[in-house]
Formats: sequence, structure tokens, C-alpha cells
Amino acid sequence: MPESSPRVGLFVTCLVDMFRPSVGFATVKLLEDAGCTVEVPEAQTCCGQPAYNSGDRANARALALQVIEAFKGYDYVVAPSGSCGGMMVKHYPEFFEPGSTEHDEALDLARRTHEITSFLTRVLKVEKVGAQFPARATYHDSCSGLRELGIRNEPRKLLASVDGVSLREMTDAEVCCGFGGTFCVKYPGISDKMLEKKIRHIEATGADTLIAGDLGCLMNMAGKLKRMGSPIKVRHVAEVLAGDHETPPIAEAK
Amino acid sequence: MSAREMILGRVRAKLPKGPEGSRREAVERRLAEHAPHLIPARGQGDIEHRIRVFTEMMLAVGGTVEAVDDINEVPHHVAEYLRGGNLPAVVRRGADALLARLPWHRGGALEVTEGPAVDADRASISHAFAGIAESGTIVQISGADNPTTLNFLPEAHIVVLEAADLFASYEEAWTKLRARLGEGNMPRTVNMISGPSRTADIEQTIVRPAHGPKNMHVIIVR
Amino acid sequence: MTEMSTITFKDNVTKALADDKLQFAMTETGPRFIAKRTKAREALPEFDALRDQARDIKDHVLDHLDIYLETYEAKVKETGGHVHWAETPDDARAAVLEICRKANAKMVTKGKSMISEEIDLNQHLAANGIVPVETDLGEYIIQLRNERPSHIIAPAVHLTRDQVEADFRRVHTHLDPKRDLTEIPALVEEARAILRQKYLTADVGITGANFLIAETGTSIIVTNEGNGDLTQTLPKVHIVLASIEKLVPTLEDATTILRVLARSATGQDFSNYTTFSTGGRRPGDPDGPVEYHVILLDNGRANVLGTEFQDMLRCIRCGACLNHCPVYNAVGGHAYGWVYPGPIGSVVTPALVGIENARHLPNASTFCGRCEEVCPMRIPIPKMLRHWREKEFERHLQPTSMRWGLGLWAWIAKRPALYRKATALASRVLANQAVGKGRLKKVPLASGWTEFRDLPAPQGKTFHQMWKERRS
Repeated sequence: MPESSPRVGLFVTCLVDMFRPSVGFATVKLLEDAGCTVEVPEAQTCCGQPAYNSGDRANARALALQVIEAFKGYDYVVAPSGSCGGMMVKHYPEFFEPGSTEHDEALDLARRTHEITSFLTRVLKVEKVGAQFPARATYHDSCSGLRELGIRNEPRKLLASVDGVSLREMTDAEVCCGFGGTFCVKYPGISDKMLEKKIRHIEATGADTLIAGDLGCLMNMAGKLKRMGSPIKVRHVAEVLAGDHETPPIAEAK
Repeated sequence: MSAREMILGRVRAKLPKGPEGSRREAVERRLAEHAPHLIPARGQGDIEHRIRVFTEMMLAVGGTVEAVDDINEVPHHVAEYLRGGNLPAVVRRGADALLARLPWHRGGALEVTEGPAVDADRASISHAFAGIAESGTIVQISGADNPTTLNFLPEAHIVVLEAADLFASYEEAWTKLRARLGEGNMPRTVNMISGPSRTADIEQTIVRPAHGPKNMHVIIVR
Repeated sequence: MTEMSTITFKDNVTKALADDKLQFAMTETGPRFIAKRTKAREALPEFDALRDQARDIKDHVLDHLDIYLETYEAKVKETGGHVHWAETPDDARAAVLEICRKANAKMVTKGKSMISEEIDLNQHLAANGIVPVETDLGEYIIQLRNERPSHIIAPAVHLTRDQVEADFRRVHTHLDPKRDLTEIPALVEEARAILRQKYLTADVGITGANFLIAETGTSIIVTNEGNGDLTQTLPKVHIVLASIEKLVPTLEDATTILRVLARSATGQDFSNYTTFSTGGRRPGDPDGPVEYHVILLDNGRANVLGTEFQDMLRCIRCGACLNHCPVYNAVGGHAYGWVYPGPIGSVVTPALVGIENARHLPNASTFCGRCEEVCPMRIPIPKMLRHWREKEFERHLQPTSMRWGLGLWAWIAKRPALYRKATALASRVLANQAVGKGRLKKVPLASGWTEFRDLPAPQGKTFHQMWKERRS
């Protein structure tokens, strides 16, 4: 780790950018509190995962090159998402011929890229965050973060240090919520069935707050909870760790 | 071109080319060496350990096990077992020399018939080629000594397993088999049997038996 | 038998989701299998290392498959067995029929074989005056219902006890109608009695093969019921149906893979009856089949070799991926429309029937990755599914609206300045529509989303807008 303040490029993610900037700001706060200098490259848009997962390799590759270019020079690249993080870390190198410059650059980006909770605990060795956030919470493990980046203990460890958060594990925390990008609109019936199971498990914990690290999952689950009239509040882990209880929970208004 | 030529041709066309000789060599070498891979530690240990592990595994699936020190006690134990299971005092065996030599009169009224099993047989006795501690498994090979039908037709299958043949893992059974039959040779059937017959096909509820024996009783002879 | 309904996947799914009996039956299926596998894995510290070795064994075989096939065939012949090569299901059916005819077969018993499903063998035999009788309990039950198996190793998971009772009563009309079949053991006992007679009188026994061993010319079957053994031991003729990728080199190689098979499938350390068969009766054998035939089927597998899909040929048909798949658990196996359901089914089916006939299957996945996590052969299933999506993209098989929508998204995303404006606009518009409620119940073009859930409203400005504002 560089001795002086690490220079972090924030990968905002398209969902955070468009739907919930507060997650981005919470992420910035966490990084700055931990001693980083944060910049937000203008030339970033989407990590390319929608194109990649629908078989449009050419566009996915083009967007990968765009991201690689935009984030050159930063010590680290941090995203409030295991899904976009996984895309950049695990899949970008697949687009390029091993041995080529582009491949090397993709590997280099992969080495520097982290999801926020994983960055704080594994790289910056943050043990606790000084936040206050009363919540009887349960945590959903987003699939990409869990299975591509191995994120499981990191958010839980940090949440445990938040004053006021008590965490109760749900059954099948690591089972998919049914979002899956375009899957949820292509096969809404199946998605809803998976969602129903997830909601039952959430409710069974007695939690008043649902937390996860990916906005796609969160919007999916929040949308369902609100449709059902549930009072459960849904938040991104960065917001909780940054102590942001001002911003209304997802899918709620002030 | 025959289907054989078509299929092999298609397969060859799709595979990485290498010097043909070296590909064949690699295959021949692997076959000749038949090297074992990772062997789990579970069954490894002295004979008492192997008996313990084997017994634990066989009991866990509803089989039964007893250990005797003197092989001549076997007929008595067989008679007891059949009596305890409310089965007639009749048992079918193959031509196996060890079983043939046993003092069957010590089984009292026990009648021993010989040959492959028939539908009416309710109990059979076989002499195990090997036991495998790792998974509580009995190994039987086909032939006149221990006909395959003994393993499947009767509702009670009794097995005599000599302790020296109770191996830690399957690999040792293969070594013994190769020593007996020669490299690359197999009997018509090798049955690895790890308990009585069962099914979970209806609502995943385990029921014994399905089609094979309802009971499996192993007599280990130290 | 049943036709292929992969094309009507969406209708299949709608039906499956509305099928209360199916949903009830499926509720415990996944969790039970998952718990069993987890327990088996925890009980064997070497389990994950064995998976790596199993993968390596299969990769080696596939890279040398031609040589192993030749070696295997030679060994089978040496032991007096017969090998029949079949390129297509037609070839395989014809080969089986001829063997049965030569044996004057009237009735044949069958052990569980997915290959026999793949080639629709039962229908063919029946049409030619030969009665096929499934002996695996699950297969027997679905045969009575004229259905396909809904799970690779547990064919009747989609059924409840009372459904099985109804089928037995409907078909076993020679038995006393007043008999009590309320308990599951009673049903099993009834099947045992009926099938025993079949075993004893069958002319030919047909099984599948989990593996074929090149070293010895051996086929392996695994069962818990013992049905496979009774099927292959009692009749005069034993036919083995196997696809070409079932080869493994040696007894030791087979043993290593067997160690991960049962644990991954049912959580057992070893399947109750693991049987190695080589040729027919030897001199002196008092029982066993006299004739031993192996049908080696290609049906599209050779075409997969050397492609980005080759890894699918490592599959050992354990079903772990099905058990762990939230999609499979939501819709059951029949929705997939063909022989192989679940994650592996979604990979294999397009390869064998053509992607144009199975275009939904690779798309009905969230790529959660649980399948790959548990696959004993380390098959990268999500990667394979993505490759199929790439093929669909290349061939324009996806719905136009989706292609256009995602294409537009990518086009804008490649132009950051434009993207900034477009997202700012969308954010403001949607936020306004939410009228301070924080969510939207209806959104144009997004009925797939809003059918079942609300759409959380954007906060009104994009992050980039706000970042600029705050920094200035």
C-alpha cells in the first residue's frame, strides 16, 4: 500500500449513478475517512456487464477498454458493487489475447479493483467504522460478490462495528434473489418465485432492515417488499457503514 | 464409411493435433501405470481402525456387522442371524472353498444349498473378495465361487469377510484383483456393495429394501 | 413418449409456477439434497482436491478420446463383448432393436439410463412389439404416467406420495382395490413385488453406464436399489447404452471420480451398488448374461470437442447443479422441455438439439454461479451458458426488442458525454413520475419489472451531476 494517501478512482456503477447517488457519496466518505483521496473519472459509464451477459462480446470488450483507459493511473479502483467489481476483476482479461498490451492492462486493472467492503477490510485493514445506525438487520449476499470475489465476511465484520446495528443471519442468505440483470424482466415469473422465497427468509429473521452490497439486488428486493406493503427498510451496505440514515431507504420517500 | 469410422474421424478432427506417436504413448503409459490418485485418509490405519470405520459405515446404512475370532464359529452365527430375523434356517452359497470347508453342522438345523440364487431363496452367504473401510463396502466378484445372484435375489445377504481382506481403500482391492487375474483382466462382474438395498424415489423418503436384499449382515473374521 | 418442448419454455414455466402440487413437491427437494451433499463434503477433507483430480482425469480423456475409444473397444471384444457404434438416436435404436429381435425378446427390463431417454428407446421398442419395463422405482413411476424424468438422478421428485398411489391403483388393477397404500413403504413393497417378476422373466436387460473403463473394457453402473444389477444379471442378454464421453482410462481413474459422484448426488460416500461389468459369462459362471453389448452413441458430442463447450463433456450426471439451482427449484425439470434439466441441461440441450430449438434455456439463468460452485467436475456452467448467449447474439436469435434495447444502451455507454445527458434526463423524468413516493408502480417498457414489484425511483440527479455540483 502506498505510504501517502492512496489515490482511488471511484467506479460509480450505472445503477448508483442513475438511481441512488447517495450510495456513491457514502462510498466516497468511507474511502476518505480511511485516508484515501478519491477522484471520479468522467469518462466512465457502464462496466459492460449487460452486454457481456447477453452475448454481445464486441460491445462488452469496447466498454472494457473504455473503463481500462478511464482508470489508468489510480492506485486503486473501488466500486460499491460486487457485480461490477466481479466483471472488471474476473472477466475483463478474457476479452484480450494473453501477452497483448490490452491483456496486461486488463490484468493490471483487475489487480487494482475492489468492491468497497473488501477494499476497506483486505487492503486498508479497516477494523471498524465509527458510524451510528440503529437497525435490526439481515444481510443478503449478492451472487457475484460472493462467488466471483469471495466477499462474505467483509461486510459483516464492518457492520458489526457500527453502533446500533444488530445482525441476524437469514436462511439461504447466499441464494440468488432473482435479479440477474435482464433475467428479472425476461423471466419475471421465475424471478418472482425466487424473490418470494428470499422475502420469506428475510421476514423470518424479524429484521427491520435489509442490507446488501449490490444495488441491482437491493432494488429488486426493495421493489418487492414495497409492493407487498412491507415496512422493512432496504439499504446499501455503504450507506449503513457511512452512517447515512438521512437518505430515505430504497424505494421510500422522505 | 461405418458409424465407427465416422465417429472416430469426427473425434480426431476436433482434437488438438500432436505428434501421433506421443499421444498414443501417453495413453499407453497411463494405462500401464494405472497410478492411483489421492486416497483419503479415512480408512487408513491398523486393522482395528479399519474394522471400526467399516462397521460404523455399514451400520449407518442399516447393515449389521459382527466380528468373530474363529472362522469355525461362522455357521453358528449364521444360524443365529437367520433365527433372529425370523427367516427359515436355509442359506444358499456358491462353490467358494472357504465357505465349503466350514463346519456347517455347527449351525444346528441350518440347511446349506449350493449354486446361484433362485427366486425362492430367502438368504444367501458369500465370501467377500475384499472389504473397503473407507465407505463400508463389500467387494464380490462373479463366478462359481460366489455367484452374482447371491448378492441380489435373496432378502438377506450374509457376507463373510476375512480381516486380512479388509482394506482401507478401493485401490488395494484393484491391486489384489490384478494379482489374481493379471493386468487388464476383470471377471464378468465386480460388485461393490455398501449396504442393503434402498430407494428414496418417493418424496425422498428412504425405504428399505427396494429391489435388492433387505438386510445385509457382515461377519468379519479376525 | 413426450416430445421436445424446449421451444415452449415460457409456457412450460407459467404452467410449472402455477402447479401447486409440483411446487409442494419441489419445496423440500433442493434443500434436502443440498444438506446431504454439504454433510458428505464436510465428512471428507479431501473432497475438493478430489474434484480437481476428477476434472483433470476427464480433461485428459477428452484430449485423447479417439485412442481411448479404440482401446476400450478392443478390450470389450477381447472379453467376448460386442461394441456397436451409433452416430444418431436412430442408429442406436436400430442397434438395440436388432439385438432384441435376435434374442426373440418379448419383454426387456431397464436400469436407469438418460441415454435411453435421449434416443426415445422405449417408444421404439413398444412400437416394435417389445415391452420395455423400467425398474428404477422413480423411472417405473414416470413410465406409468408417460412422463420424462424431471431430475437426472431422482426421476419422480416432482410427484407427491398421493400421486404415486393414484398411479399404482390406476395401473395395478390385478391387486386388491381395498389394500392400504397410505404409507410410502407400502408403495415400494408393491413395486418390488411387481418388478421382481419382470426381472425374472425378462429376455434382455438394458442399462446405462456411468463410466466406461478403457483399461479393462468395463462398464460401470451405480444404483441404490439394486435394480440395475437385477436387470443386467438375470436375462440372457445385457445391453449397455453409453455416450462416447463416458470413457475413463483406468480402474483407479474410475475410482477417483466415483468418490465425488455419490457424494455430490445424494450425499452418500458411495452408491449402494457400484457394479463393474466386463463381457458376458465366463467359463464356469453359473449366472449372469451370456451376451454383452455396448452401444456407443455420439449424437452431437464429437462436435463439442475442441470447442469452447468441451468442458460440458466432463459431466458425470450427478445432479448437484440441479439441486443447487434456484431456477430449477422454482420450475422443476419438465419445464426445460427435454431430457436434461437444470443448469447442465441448459448447456447440453442446445449442443444436442441445436441452439435455435433451445434458445430460452441458456437465458433462464441469473448466473448466480452456485452450479459451478458445487460441480464435482468443475464445469464452468455460467461460462458455457454465456457462450450460448453469444451464439444466439451472433445468429440474431434473441428477441428483437431486447437486442435493440441493450444495443442502444451500449451505444450510449460508449459515448460518456451523451451518456451523462441521457442518464440525467432519465433520472429526472422517473423521479418526477414517482411524485415524491420513492417508487413507481408502472413504468413504460418495463412491465416485466413492474408486474411483480415496484421500481424504486431515482433520487432525481445522477451521481456525476451531484459530484460536479459539490466539487464546484
